[in-house]
Amino acid sequence: MTLSRRNFLSKAARGSAAAATAACAAVAAAPEANALQRPPKPMPAEAVGLLYDSTLCIGCKACVKACKDANGMPVEVAPDQTAWNGGEWDTPVELSGKTLNVIKAYTNGTMAEKDRETDGFAFIKRQCLHCADPSCVSVCPVTAMTKDARTGIVSYNPDACIGCRYCVLSCPFGVPKYEYDSPTGQIRKCQLCKHRLAENQLPACSDVCPTGATLFGRTEDLKAEAKRRVALKPGERTHYPRGDIAGKVGGRRDGHEATVRVAYQQHIYGEKELGGTQCLAVSAVPFDKLNLPTNVPETGYPTVSEGIQHTLYAGMVGPATLLAGLVYLAHRNTKDHDVD
Amino acid sequence: MSSILSDQTPNSPGAPSGSTWVNPHKPIGGRLITEPFLIALGFVAIGGVLMAQRFMGGLGAVANISDGYPWGMWVAVDVVIGSAFGCAGYVMAFLAYIMNKGKYHPLVRPAVLASLFGYGLAGLAVLVDLGRYWNFYHLLLPWYAQPNSVMLEVGLCVATYTIVLTVEFAPAFLERFGLENARRKLNRLLFLFVALGVLLPTMHQSSLGTMMVIVGHKLSPLWQTQLLPVFFWLTAVLMGFGVVVWESVMASLCFNRPTEKAVLRKVAELMLVTTAVFVVLRIVDFAVRGQLGAPFGAHGTLMFWVETALFLAGMLVVLPKKARTERKALFLGSSLVLFGGIIYRLNVYIVGFIPAVGPWSYFPSLAEIFVTVGIFALEVLLYLIFVKTLPVMHAVGAKHG
Repeated sequence: MTLSRRNFLSKAARGSAAAATAACAAVAAAPEANALQRPPKPMPAEAVGLLYDSTLCIGCKACVKACKDANGMPVEVAPDQTAWNGGEWDTPVELSGKTLNVIKAYTNGTMAEKDRETDGFAFIKRQCLHCADPSCVSVCPVTAMTKDARTGIVSYNPDACIGCRYCVLSCPFGVPKYEYDSPTGQIRKCQLCKHRLAENQLPACSDVCPTGATLFGRTEDLKAEAKRRVALKPGERTHYPRGDIAGKVGGRRDGHEATVRVAYQQHIYGEKELGGTQCLAVSAVPFDKLNLPTNVPETGYPTVSEGIQHTLYAGMVGPATLLAGLVYLAHRNTKDHDVD
Repeated sequence: MSSILSDQTPNSPGAPSGSTWVNPHKPIGGRLITEPFLIALGFVAIGGVLMAQRFMGGLGAVANISDGYPWGMWVAVDVVIGSAFGCAGYVMAFLAYIMNKGKYHPLVRPAVLASLFGYGLAGLAVLVDLGRYWNFYHLLLPWYAQPNSVMLEVGLCVATYTIVLTVEFAPAFLERFGLENARRKLNRLLFLFVALGVLLPTMHQSSLGTMMVIVGHKLSPLWQTQLLPVFFWLTAVLMGFGVVVWESVMASLCFNRPTEKAVLRKVAELMLVTTAVFVVLRIVDFAVRGQLGAPFGAHGTLMFWVETALFLAGMLVVLPKKARTERKALFLGSSLVLFGGIIYRLNVYIVGFIPAVGPWSYFPSLAEIFVTVGIFALEVLLYLIFVKTLPVMHAVGAKHG
C-alpha cells in the first residue's frame, strides 16, 4: 500500500472529519429532539418522602438532633466555632460527613420579619431529596448507591463502595458527603431512616418536628398537599397535619389550625427539578435565595450521559465493528514483517 | 542460540548473534546512577512518605479536596491529564500498524513504553485517591458492575489497556533476555493486541469527557457540552502527537542522538491538523449551544483564553513548513500544544467546576502536589532504567526491516 504524503494526510483528514461530523450530529442535537437522550425514569409507585414547609419551620433544629441520634452521627463543630464551642453543642452549618440533615437560615438586611425576602429571614432544611432519576446511582461504578424499586429510597452500601466520590461530584444538590478525616472514610447521606420505616416508625426528622414543617408521606400525597398549600391566600384559616400525612406510619398525630401569614411562592421545589424528587419543599422566599439550584432542566442529567453512553456502546456493536476493522488492518499490515 | 550473557554489555545489540533477524532497537547503555536519576529518586522518596501519611490519616490529612471539590489534582492531573500523555502509544500504533506507515516504527516502541508508565502510574494515583481503596477490585467483579456508570467503562477499559500495553512492550523484554522463540510466537498474535491497543484508548479517552456530562450545571457552559467525549478524544490524539514530537526532540538532545526528522515532520503536521479541528469545533459547539457569549464572562473565562491562546500559539509555531524540521520550533510548538491540552482538561475537571452549595475553593496542598511529583519522578526513573537496559530506542542509522 503506497500513498503519497499529501494523499495520506488528506485521506486521514477526510476520514477523521467524517467520523467527527457523525459523532457531533449524534451527540449535539437539541435536548428535546435528542435521539440520544434516555427516557426519564418514572417515580416509583410507592415512592415516599418528606414535604418541608419553610413557612412553618421555627428553626428549632430538633430534627437535626433527632437525625444524629437515629443515625449514630457525631457532633459537628466547625474550625471557626471552636472558640465558643468545645464540643458540647452540635453546630453544623452545612451537610457533611457528620451531618445528614441540617437547617440553614437565609438572612437579608435588618432580618425584621420571617419569610420575607428583603429585610427578612427564612429557614431551609437540607437532606437527600431522593431523586426519581438520581445521578449518584447512575454514576456509581460498583452499585454501592441504589434506588429501591418500591419506595424509591436511595441507599448506600459501604461494603461495595470503592470511595471514588463520583457521587459527591455529580449530585446536583450537593448531598452525598465523604469523611476526609478518616483513613477508612465512607460516603454519608440521608437514607430516609429506612431502618426506622422498617419498624413502622417515622423518619426521625419528621417524627420530632413540632409544627409539621417536615411532613412524611407518599410522594403523591405530599405533592397534593404542597399544591393545596401554594394555593392558600394570606389570612385564610387552614389545617396543617403533622407526622405521617396518612396517619399510618408512627401513629396518628394531631396537626394544628393556623392562619396563613404569608404568600407562598408558586413553586413546589422538587416537583419538576431534574426529573422530580421524592422530597419536596414549599416556601415564601424564592428557592434560589435558599441556595437551591433553580435554573435546571426538567429531566435528570443521567438521561443525557446514559443516552450518550448507551448509544455509543449499544450492544457493544460499535466497538465490536471497530475492533474487527482494526484487527483486519493490523493483521494485514503486520503479517509480512516483524512487529516491533 | 547465543547465551543470554552476550547481551549484557550495555551497547551490544539486543538480538542473539547468528540470527538472520537484526534487531533495529538497541539499549542506549551508559551509567544508571546519574544525577537526574538520584534527584528523581529523592522525589519518589518524598512522595512515598506523603502517601504513607494519606493512608494513615485519611485523604484530608494530605490533600485539600473537600465535599465541594471531591476530585482534586490526583484525579485531574495524574489520571485525566497523565493518561493523555500516555496516548503517544495509541497514535503511533495507529499510524504504524493501522495506516501501515512503516516509517513511524522507530517511534512506536518508546511511545508504547511512555504509555505503559503513563497508564500504570495513573493506576497507582487512583489507588492513592480512592477513599475505600481496599474495595478496588470490585470494579472488576461482574456482580458489582453498574453498567450505566461511565466510570465503570473507563475503569475496565484502562485496566485492560494496561495489560495490552504490557504485551505490546513485551518483545523488548523477550529480545533483551534472548527468548527468541517466545518473541516469535508473540509476534504472530501481536496484531490482536495492536488492534485492542487502538480500540481501548478511543473508548476510554472519549469516556473521560463523558464522565463530566452528568455534572450538568456544575460545569461552566464554556466546557459543559454533549461533545465532551469528542473533545476528550481529540485532545487525546493531539496530545499523543505532541508527546511523540516533544519526547523525540528531548531524547535527541539528552541522549545526543539524531532526530527522526522526516517522521517528526509528519507527526507535527498531524498534531497541527488535529489541534485546528479541535479549536474550530469548540467555536462551532459554542454557536450550536447558543453560548457564543460564554467566552466573555462565563465562569472560568480567563482560563478559557489561556487554553485557547496556548493552542493557537502552538499551531502558529509549527504552521510554516520549515519549522516542522527544526528542533527548536518542534520543541516549542509541541510544548505549547501539550500545555493547551493540559489546561483544557484541567479546566473541565477543576477550573470550570462549580460546586453545588458553596462557597468552596480548591487549590492543591503542597503535600498533594508532591505526591503527584513523586509519581511523575517514578515514571522518569523507570523510563531511564528501561531505555538504558532494554532495546527500546531505534539504533542510530538502523533501517526498518
